[in-house]
Amino acid sequence: MSPTYATLTTAADTHGFLSPTGVEIVFLLVGLVTFGAALVTVTTRQLVHAALWLVVTLGGLAVEYLLLTAEFIAWVQVLIYVGSVVVLLLFGLMLTRAPIGRSPDADSGNRWAALTVAVASAATLVWVVVDAFRTTWIDLDGPAAGSTRVTGESLFQNWVLPFEALSVLLLAALVGAIVLSRKAKAESSSPSVNSRAETGSSPSAPDSRNHPIGRNGSSEGTEPAEQEGAR
Amino acid sequence: MNDALDVTLRLLIVFVVFLTFPLLIGQTEHKVMAHMQGRLGPMYAGGFHGWAQLVADGVKFAQKEDVVPAGADRRIFQLAPAVALLPYLLVLLAIPIGPGEGAVGEVIDAGIFFVLAVMGVGVLGSLMAGWASANKFSLLGGLRTAAQLLAYELPMLLTAASVAMAAGTVSLPGILDAFEWWWLPWQIVGAIVFFVAGLAELQRPPFDMPVADSEIIFGAYTEYTGLRFALFLLAEYAGIVVLCGLTTVLFLGGWHGPWGADGLGWVWTLLKTAVLAFIVIWLRVTYPRLREDQLQKLSWTLLVPLSLAQIALTGVVKVVIQ
Repeated sequence: MSPTYATLTTAADTHGFLSPTGVEIVFLLVGLVTFGAALVTVTTRQLVHAALWLVVTLGGLAVEYLLLTAEFIAWVQVLIYVGSVVVLLLFGLMLTRAPIGRSPDADSGNRWAALTVAVASAATLVWVVVDAFRTTWIDLDGPAAGSTRVTGESLFQNWVLPFEALSVLLLAALVGAIVLSRKAKAESSSPSVNSRAETGSSPSAPDSRNHPIGRNGSSEGTEPAEQEGAR
Repeated sequence: MNDALDVTLRLLIVFVVFLTFPLLIGQTEHKVMAHMQGRLGPMYAGGFHGWAQLVADGVKFAQKEDVVPAGADRRIFQLAPAVALLPYLLVLLAIPIGPGEGAVGEVIDAGIFFVLAVMGVGVLGSLMAGWASANKFSLLGGLRTAAQLLAYELPMLLTAASVAMAAGTVSLPGILDAFEWWWLPWQIVGAIVFFVAGLAELQRPPFDMPVADSEIIFGAYTEYTGLRFALFLLAEYAGIVVLCGLTTVLFLGGWHGPWGADGLGWVWTLLKTAVLAFIVIWLRVTYPRLREDQLQKLSWTLLVPLSLAQIALTGVVKVVIQ
C-alpha cells in the first residue's frame, strides 16, 4: 500500500493508554478545546460569534494535524477553511444580517433533531475509525509521515482516481454555480417588469413609470427592502 | 550552541526585526512621499531630518485614551488588532534571509503554504474590527476587505504554486537553493501578479478601497483610537515587510546575487526587500485609488488569467528542460 502505512506499527503492546507521552496529552487537550469551541459555535446566539468560534474550531483541527506531523494538511486546513471559507461566511453574514448582540430568532426549532443527527453521525464516524484502525499506532518519532513529499506521493500514486473524481465534482459545482446565477438573473428580469407594471401606481415605486430604463434594472425594487432587513 | 538558547535567540532576532523594520519603512514613507511631492516631510523630531518622528508618534498613540464605542462588541473590538498583527510576526519566522540553516527563524517543510495561510488569517482582524465597531462605515470597510481578499487570494496562490512547480519544493529555503538566474525572466509575470495581489491584500494604495478616507472615513479602523489604532498601522507596515521579503524569496532569488553570495547573502535579501518597499511607497504616491468594481475586474479578468498562463508556461518549460 502507500508508503504512509510503513510508519504505522500494529504493536499495541509497546504503547499503552496508561503511559501517555507529552504529544498525546497535548493532542487530547487541543482536542478538548476544539470540541468545546465547536459546541459554542452551534449553541451561541450571536451569529458572528459563531463564525469566529468556528475559526477556533478549525484552527484547533489544524493544530491536531500538526501534532500528527501532517504539516501540509494542517497549513492547507488553515489556508482553505480559516482563510477563505470563514471569510466568505463572515462576508455573507455582514452582507445580510449581522446584528451586534443576541439574535432571538437564531434559535432553531429543530434543536433536538439536529442533536440526534449530530450524535448519530459522530457515533458512526467514531465506530468506523475505531474499527478500521483498532490498535494501529502512528510512530511520531520517525520521519514525518505527513510531510508534503509523502502526502503528494501517496495522493498522486495511490489515490489519484478519487482525487480526479473530486476535481470533476468541484468543476461541476463551479459550472452549477455559474448556471444558477445566470438563470436567476434572466428569470428575475422578466417578471420584475410585470410586477413593476402592476404596482406602478403604488407610492413605493413612484418613478418607475416615468423612467422606462429603470424597468430593466432587475434588483431595483428589492434592494431597499433587503437593506432594511440587514441591520 | 545550546538548543534552547539557539531557539530563543532566533525568536528574539525575528521579534526585533518585526518591531524595527516596519518603523523604518514608515519613516522612509514619510520622507520619500514628501520629496516626491516637493516638500520636506518631518524635520524636527530627533534633530536630524526628523528621524524620531515615528517614535514621537508612538508616544502620542500610547498617551491617547483607548475608546470603545458604547454599541460595540467589546471583546471582539479589543481582540481585533492582535489578530491583525500577530500573523505577520509568524510569517517573518519562516522567511530565510541567507543561505544555510542559520539564517531563517524556523525551517518549515511546507513554507509557502504556511506563509500564505497565515497571511490570510490577518485579514480576519480587519473583518472583526469592521463588524464589532457598530458603525456603518466600519462595516462597509469590512465588507470591502473581505471582497478584496477573496478576489486576490487566488492569483497569489496560483503564482506561488508556479514557483513551487519550478523549484520542485514548497519549502522557502528549498526554493532558494534551487534558484537560477534565468528564473527571473521565466517567472517575471508571476512575480508582478504576486506583488500586485499582495499589495491588494495589504490594502495599500492604489488598492486601498477598504479604507478609502473620502468615502468611508477609515473603513474598519474608523472607531479605533490610541494604541489599538497604532497596532493596525503597524500591521500594515509589517505586511509591507513580509510581502517584499516574500517576493524577494520567491521570485527575485533572495540571497543570490552577482557576487558575494557566501558571506553577504543577507545583504542581497535586505537590499532587494528595501527596493521593493520603495516601489510600494512609490506606487502609493503615483496612482489614484481604484474603484471597487475596477478592483474586482482587475483581479478576475487580468491577474487570474495571467497567473494561470504563468503556471502553464512553468509547466511547459519544466517538462522541456527535464
